[in-house]
Amino acid sequence: MYSFAYHCPASLADAKALLGRIEEARLLAGGQTLIPTLKQRLASPDAVIDLKGIGGLAAIERRGDALAIGALAKHAAVAASPVVRQAIPALAGLADGIGDPQVRNRGTLGGSIVNNDPAADYPAAVLGLGATVHTSERAIPADGFFTGLFETDLEPGEIVTSVSFPIPHRAAYVKFPNPASRYAMVGVFVAETSSGIRVAVTGAGPCVFRLAAAEQALARSFAPASLDGLRVDSQGLSSDIHAGAAYRAHLVAVMARRAVLQALG
Amino acid sequence: MDITLAVNGRQVTASIEANTLLSALLREGLALTGTHVACDTSQCGACTVLVDGASVKSCTLLAAEAAGATVVTIEGLAADGALHPMQQAFHDEHGLQCGFCTPGMVMSAVDLVAGNPDPSEAEIRAWLKGNICRCTGYQNIVKAICAGAAALRSA
Ligand SMILES: Cc1cc2nc3c(=O)[nH]c(=O)nc-3n(C[C@H](O)[C@H](O)[C@H](O)COP(=O)(O)OP(=O)(O)OC[C@H]3O[C@@H](n4cnc5c(N)ncnc54)[C@H](O)[C@@H]3O)c2cc1C
Ligand code: FES
Ligand code: FES
Repeated sequence: MYSFAYHCPASLADAKALLGRIEEARLLAGGQTLIPTLKQRLASPDAVIDLKGIGGLAAIERRGDALAIGALAKHAAVAASPVVRQAIPALAGLADGIGDPQVRNRGTLGGSIVNNDPAADYPAAVLGLGATVHTSERAIPADGFFTGLFETDLEPGEIVTSVSFPIPHRAAYVKFPNPASRYAMVGVFVAETSSGIRVAVTGAGPCVFRLAAAEQALARSFAPASLDGLRVDSQGLSSDIHAGAAYRAHLVAVMARRAVLQALG
Repeated sequence: MDITLAVNGRQVTASIEANTLLSALLREGLALTGTHVACDTSQCGACTVLVDGASVKSCTLLAAEAAGATVVTIEGLAADGALHPMQQAFHDEHGLQCGFCTPGMVMSAVDLVAGNPDPSEAEIRAWLKGNICRCTGYQNIVKAICAGAAALRSA
């Protein structure tokens, strides 16, 4: 690891001031992506700004028809939260399936969506539920948040504070995990919400995306049979040592059908 | 920078570089070499310790992040010279071969049974996703954790 300075500000304002003052500063949440990146010398920030001293960023609460989850809420806390399990069990289940217990004890919602790994789980829930990402500056709708491979709509210096998930009528997330890393080879989040059906796919391409064909088919009838014959174009999907694009395309349809079945169960 | 933390029941103040990993502080700074480091990718779990009661990979945590925390390593489990019931169970059930993964396995198991005193075999196997063993094939590790959990329940 290259050397860097460590800061642990006690407020969002202090964190923003540090970000403004230090040329190359990186925010640290759970560190489950950032620390491995630093260890491999893939980043060399001048300073690391630990968010853990900022109060209130890990809260999980129901606010009317939505679930507000703080950016620093750990995967294990979301998985175990009675509030989440009651309001959006699919979200608790998703958090419980991330990586392994040690990763879930450190990794956070905010870190996961900001990193926007193409195989990360949370982006599927944020997009699949049509959530809103709240930052130190503004509110960003999910449809505009994830912009590409490891890219988001965030501006430099912007800090994610919470995500507000509308509570769906029903929802489910099913992933085909990479057997070694547990990241999603393909993961599909299906939700029946008050604003319609949403289907979000992670792992298959360079960035999480919505599957319009499946949404339309499920809008006609929310049943696995609606997806019979669903053909997913492999154009633009990822190919790597784990799976080719054609196989991933096939998995998308299979996972989507399983997710609908699970949402109905 | 100077940090203070509790390690195995002892208050420790250490002078560290900001980029010191918790695993390095434990092994090199405090000579607690029972915490093993076996990978560069945060995947093997050999370095697992408890930080404020939760199992974490100490190679994927800055020592600075543990300032003020309570840390327990494998050296902190045995009380008065007697092995912790989970350590004893690994011994009795031959839950190790080369032993390199063992400290992490034991610490992970201790965290599991703290939250789930009577885990099923499936729950144990699912919990061990973050701990890799290259020798045993896991069979005896799972047996050991079952036995360790039972010993802790009757303790
Ligand atoms: C072995 C292993 C297995 C894993 N398996 C999975 C898996 O199956 N599925 C999955 O989805 N993920 C997986 N992960 C990743 C894990 O979920 C991470 O927790 C997550 O990607 C990053 O969250 P973090 O809190 O650790 O963020 P950090 O590593 O602390 O930060 C990640 C990035 O986000 C930025 N950042 C963090 N918080 C904020 C914020 N509030 N505002 C602005 N920027 C911020 C940081 O500056 C950094 O660039 C795995 C990780 C490991 C090590
Ligand atoms: S040494 Fe920490 S996970 Fe491998
Ligand atoms: S006993 Fe050798 S790695 Fe597990």
